[in-house]
Amino acid sequence: MITVQNLTKTYGKNTVLNIPSLEIPKGQSFGLVGNNGAGKTTLFSLLLDLIQPTTGHINNNGVQVNTSEDWKPFTTAFIDETFLIGYLTAEEYFYFIGELRGQNKADVNALLSNFQDFFHGEILGQTKYLRDLSKGNQKKAGIVASFIGNPEVVILDEPFANLDPTTQIRLKGIIKDLAANNNVTVLVSSHDLIHVTEVCERIVVLNKGELVKDIETSEATLMELELFFAG
Amino acid sequence: MFKHFITLQWKSFFRAASLKSSIAIKILMGFAAVYMTAIFIGMGIGAYFVIEDMNIGDPFDVINKFIIYYLIVDLVFRYMLQKMPVTNIKPLLYLPFKKSQVVNFSLAKTIVSYFNWSHAFFFIPLSIILLTKGYSATGIIGWHLALIAIIYCNNFINVLVNNKDSIFYPLVGLMAVLGLFQYLQWFDITTYTAPFFNALCTLPWISIILWLLAFGLYYAAFNYFKKNLYLDAGLQTKQTIAKTEDLSWLNRFGNLGTFLKNDIKLIKRNKRSKMAVITSFFFIFYGFLFFTGTIEAYDGPIWRIFAGIFISGGFLFSFGQFVPSWDSSYYPLMMSQNIKYKEYLNSKWYLMVIATIISTIIASFYLYFGLDAYLAVLVGAIYNIGVNSYVVLLGGAYTRTPIDLTSAKKAFGDKQSFNLKTVMLTMPKLLLPLLIYGIGHYLISPTAGYIFVAMAGVLGFAFKGFVFKKIEKIYKKEKYKTLLAYKQVS
Repeated sequence: MITVQNLTKTYGKNTVLNIPSLEIPKGQSFGLVGNNGAGKTTLFSLLLDLIQPTTGHINNNGVQVNTSEDWKPFTTAFIDETFLIGYLTAEEYFYFIGELRGQNKADVNALLSNFQDFFHGEILGQTKYLRDLSKGNQKKAGIVASFIGNPEVVILDEPFANLDPTTQIRLKGIIKDLAANNNVTVLVSSHDLIHVTEVCERIVVLNKGELVKDIETSEATLMELELFFAG
Repeated sequence: MFKHFITLQWKSFFRAASLKSSIAIKILMGFAAVYMTAIFIGMGIGAYFVIEDMNIGDPFDVINKFIIYYLIVDLVFRYMLQKMPVTNIKPLLYLPFKKSQVVNFSLAKTIVSYFNWSHAFFFIPLSIILLTKGYSATGIIGWHLALIAIIYCNNFINVLVNNKDSIFYPLVGLMAVLGLFQYLQWFDITTYTAPFFNALCTLPWISIILWLLAFGLYYAAFNYFKKNLYLDAGLQTKQTIAKTEDLSWLNRFGNLGTFLKNDIKLIKRNKRSKMAVITSFFFIFYGFLFFTGTIEAYDGPIWRIFAGIFISGGFLFSFGQFVPSWDSSYYPLMMSQNIKYKEYLNSKWYLMVIATIISTIIASFYLYFGLDAYLAVLVGAIYNIGVNSYVVLLGGAYTRTPIDLTSAKKAFGDKQSFNLKTVMLTMPKLLLPLLIYGIGHYLISPTAGYIFVAMAGVLGFAFKGFVFKKIEKIYKKEKYKTLLAYKQVS
C-alpha cells in the first residue's frame, strides 16, 4: 500500500505538486492523467526517490521512501530512456536487472518467454545495442524489464506513448493481467484517456500539481474525463 | 546567418550545466588556463636553448628533424579529441539556411578551435627566437607560414577521416614502429622528412603550395559534408554490431560481479571509455621523462614518486575521476534499482585497483632503470590503491559532468565537458604523496621516504570500511543534485 501525506514539491515559488493525502491500496491498478506540467512525472520521481519532497513524504509498503531504501526490492519502474543502459543488448540488460533483483538467467528467460508476442521479434536476438533500437522498441524493453523480479509495485510513466497500435493493444492486455494479480500495484500515467480507463480500476486527475478528481472507473468515466479535459 | 549560428553556439556554451560552477572554481580555472598557456610559451622560447645546450647540432635542424613526430602526434590527438563539426546541426537542417552555410559554419568552427591556435603559443615564440638568432627572416617566416598551413591540413584531414578507425590505428602503429626503429637506429624516417622541413626555410615559396593544399582540403571537406548532409548519410550515428557477451565467470563475486560485468562492457563498447583506457596506457610510459633524465627539472628525488603515482595510476585518474559520470545516462535506473551504493562504489573501486595492479605489472620494465625506479612505481601503486582511489571516488561525488559515452571527441574538444575542476581535484592526489616522501627523504633517508608513502597507502587500505561509509554518505547526500545535473546532457 502506498500512502502520500502532505506531499509538496516546490521549485522557487512555483509549487509543481501539492497532494495533501492519497492512498493507493495494494493490488490496485492506478491511473494518473493530467496535462503537461500537471505533476505526473514529479509524483513518480518522488515515489522513486529521484527528487526530494519539499514537505511531506510517501510511504511505500510501510517504508518511508525518502529516508530508507528498503522499498527498492519490491518496486520497479520505467520512466524514460534514462532507465535503459544504451551499450547493452536487450538480453544483457534483462539479465543485469535480473541479477540485481536476485533472478538468475533461467528465471529471466522464463519471464521473457511470456512476452514473445509483445516483442514482436524485434527485441531479443538482435545484433543491436539498446541505444540503436527505435524509440518504440526501447520502450518495450524498458517496460518488460520493469516486470523482472516479481515486483509488488510497478510504475510506468506514459507506457503507451511511442508504441505502435498492435503493441499498445498487447500492452493493455499485459497490464490488465498484472492488475488481476492482487499482489501487484500498478501505477500508470497516460495522455490517452481511452487506454487508461480501459486498464485502470481507479483514475486520478492532476491539474497544476493538485489532485482534482479521483474516480473509480465505470462506464461513465471516459465521458467524465473527456468533459473535464475539454473544458 | 552566421550571427544566428554564433548566438546558438554562445548559448549552448554558457547554458551548460557544467559551467555553472562557483566563482572560486572559475578563478582557479582561469589561473590554470594562464598557467598552461605560460608553459606552452615557455616551451616555445625554451626549445631553442634546450637543444643548443644538448649539443646535438644546429637547433633549427634538430627541430626540423623531429617536427614530423610533432605533427603526427597532433593528428593523433585531434583524432582522439577533436569533435566532429556536424553534431548539433540536425535541428538546423529544415530551417531556411542554405546547406553550404551550415557546412561553412561547421568547418569555420574547427578553424578557430583550440586544437589550432594552441600551436601558436609554441610556434610564435619559437619563430621569434629563431629570427633573433640570425636565421634568414624570409626563410623563417616562410617556414612558420608553412607550418601553420600544415596544422590546418591536419585539421581538415582529421575532419575527413574522422571516425575511420581503419585509418587511425594503423597510423598510430606505424608511428610507434618508426619511433622505435629510430630509437634503435635501424631506420630513421627523419633523414627523409628533415630535408623537406629545411627546404621550407631555404625555399620559402613552398609555403604557398602548402596553403593551397590546406584550401584544397577545406574544399574537399566542404564537398564531403555537403554531399553527406543527410540523416541517413553523414549525420547518421554509427551503429556497431552488437555481440552478447557472457562474462558469467564473474558471477562468483555476487553483486560485485554483476557490476564488474557491466563496467567491463561499458569500457569495451563505448568510445569515451576506450579513450580513458588508451590514455591510461600512455601514462605507463610517462616515467621515461623522469628516469631517463631527459627533463632536468624532473631530476629531483621527489619527482620519482610523482612518476610512480602517474605510471601506476593512469587508469585511476582517467577513468576513476569520472565515477559516477560514466553511468550518467542511466543514473535514474541505478538509483531506483535494488542496489546499495556501497556495492556500486565497491565495484568501481575494485576496477581501479585491478587496473592499478595491471599497470604496475606492465611497468616492471622500469627495472631496467634500476630497482630504485621500480620501487617508486610500486610505492606509487600502494599509495594509489590505499589513498588516491578514495580521493578519486570522493571527487566523483562532486564532478557531476554528464558523459556522452558514444562520443570520444568531447574530452577536450567540447568546452561543456572540458572540466578543469577534475584537474583541480588531481592536485591533492599528487602533491600530498610528494610532501610525505619529501619529509621522509630529507629528514631521514630516501628509503624512509618510500616507506612513509607506502605506509600512508597501507593505512588508507586498512581503513577502507570506514572511509567507504563516509563516501557513501556523501554520495547519498549529493544524489539529487547529481540526478539533476545528469538530466542536462550537453
